[in-house]
Amino acid sequence: MDLASPTGVKIVLWVRTIAAWLVALLIFFPILFMLVTSFKTELQAIAVPSVWIFTPTLDNFTHVQERSDYLLYAKNSLITSVVSTIVGLLIAAPAAYSMAYFPGKRTKDILMWMLSTKMMPAVGALVPVYVMAQTTHLLDTTFALIVVFMLSNLPLMVWMLYSHFKEIPPEILEAARMDGASLLTEFRHVILPLAMGGIASTGLLCLVLAWNEAFWSLNLTAANAGTLAALIASYSSPEGLFWSKLSAASVLAIAPIVVFGWFSQKQLVQGLTFGAVK
Amino acid sequence: MRSLARLLLAPAVGSLFLWMIVPLAMTLYFSVIRYNLMEPGEHAFVGLENFRFFVTDPSFWTAIVNTLLLLGSVIVITVVLGVLIALLVNEPFPGQGVVRVLLISPFFVMPTVNALLWKHMMMNPIYGVLAQVWRAFGLTPVDWLSDWPLLSVIIMVAWQWLPFAVLIFITSLQGMNREQLEAARMDGATWLQQFRFLVLPHLGRSIAVVVMIEMIFLLSVFAEISTTTGGGPGDASTNIAYLIFKQALLGFDVGVASAGALFAVVLANIAAAFLIRLVGKNMDR
Repeated sequence: MDLASPTGVKIVLWVRTIAAWLVALLIFFPILFMLVTSFKTELQAIAVPSVWIFTPTLDNFTHVQERSDYLLYAKNSLITSVVSTIVGLLIAAPAAYSMAYFPGKRTKDILMWMLSTKMMPAVGALVPVYVMAQTTHLLDTTFALIVVFMLSNLPLMVWMLYSHFKEIPPEILEAARMDGASLLTEFRHVILPLAMGGIASTGLLCLVLAWNEAFWSLNLTAANAGTLAALIASYSSPEGLFWSKLSAASVLAIAPIVVFGWFSQKQLVQGLTFGAVK
Repeated sequence: MRSLARLLLAPAVGSLFLWMIVPLAMTLYFSVIRYNLMEPGEHAFVGLENFRFFVTDPSFWTAIVNTLLLLGSVIVITVVLGVLIALLVNEPFPGQGVVRVLLISPFFVMPTVNALLWKHMMMNPIYGVLAQVWRAFGLTPVDWLSDWPLLSVIIMVAWQWLPFAVLIFITSLQGMNREQLEAARMDGATWLQQFRFLVLPHLGRSIAVVVMIEMIFLLSVFAEISTTTGGGPGDASTNIAYLIFKQALLGFDVGVASAGALFAVVLANIAAAFLIRLVGKNMDR
């Protein structure tokens, strides 16, 4: 069989298509299974073999809202992730700009040091942060979560923005300076438009990370400032055996960010590569 | 110019410095005193007692080994499978866009959902999907979380991070020089040779990026363990992060937990030093 002949090429394409779809469905299967389960009754959910054809019910979703105020947790997730990302960008962008365009002897060291703070396991700081939050009466507040999320994403933000700023050719900046552009004009009219893609992708990634953050949400919040990640963890008790309710709660928790991720995947990838992958 | 540059840098460096140094100083202090939440009273200075306690605890070494096993296996799995899948979906085929969307999805699933989804619906030994598959092949279903706790956690974490690796590799492959590949093919290079001498070197940088980011996030895997196995049975799936958590919040012993936290910091710094070499080599331009 000659694989370079027209029929051969066609066969290869078919094999590749089928293999790719199989792999993708296999990886997606757990999510699909959970989505389907969320529309089942509890009995259908644990049927063996699994039921795939049934009359869907919305009871589980109403149950989730009734049992635990889903909307409150969703609101907390939204506020903490959005605000921490915006504040983080406001602090990280000037720093990245400064390091990218006015590098000093220490710039590389500062970048590496920032990354190393990110490598400290959060659990190492748990007790001190908990004690501090307690003494300042900030336990179980969205404010505390915002600060913590912002700080734990800051190193990544600086890194990503730094590598994006680095990609802007210095000649463009010099040309702008020759034309007498002030630093502020330069930043607003030259750098910002050129780096917008990088800023967007950095923001998107940090938004996803903050939304999915579980460690601090589990340990610093209770009924007031709990995020969706914490809400789901509360289903891990024996109640976890109620598969369809657990699934409904999970679907509600991940749906916003998964759909968001689908639409922004191109920008996301760009941000994740640290500008190192072309 | 210099001073302005410093001024712009100050908020980020300052806040990160505080974020690092204040907890570190407090941890250092807690680690040398007797501080048990169940025994209120004075916090006597105990020197290195807490460190001795933490290190001689047999769980300590188990936890270190588990941390490294978890980190290593997930990195190997995601990089190897990631490269293969990226190569598979790189060239156009019907439905490429949908396949990409399906492939990337697990990355957006939050760790607590990931953990509960696998624990109950996939790995339950009676009703779970894997049990059904095992039975379909006439095998006895495995009780994943009890019999293979660490492997179970590795599967969950790898499922989450594989899409990430795939995406980075796809992006990288798209920037490959096609003429070069074409030329190699003309010269009769086999598929394996093309892979070994053209594709793999091209992917070098993105592999470094994947390893770096995964290392940052995987050293402190927590939610997947706390919501599924609780570190057990015994210490079979306890990593350093979870061991410290157990000491602090379940054992109420802040002193010992703080000593443990300092070990974790040392471990993180060893990893960081290793990374700086790796990344420095691959990212210098």
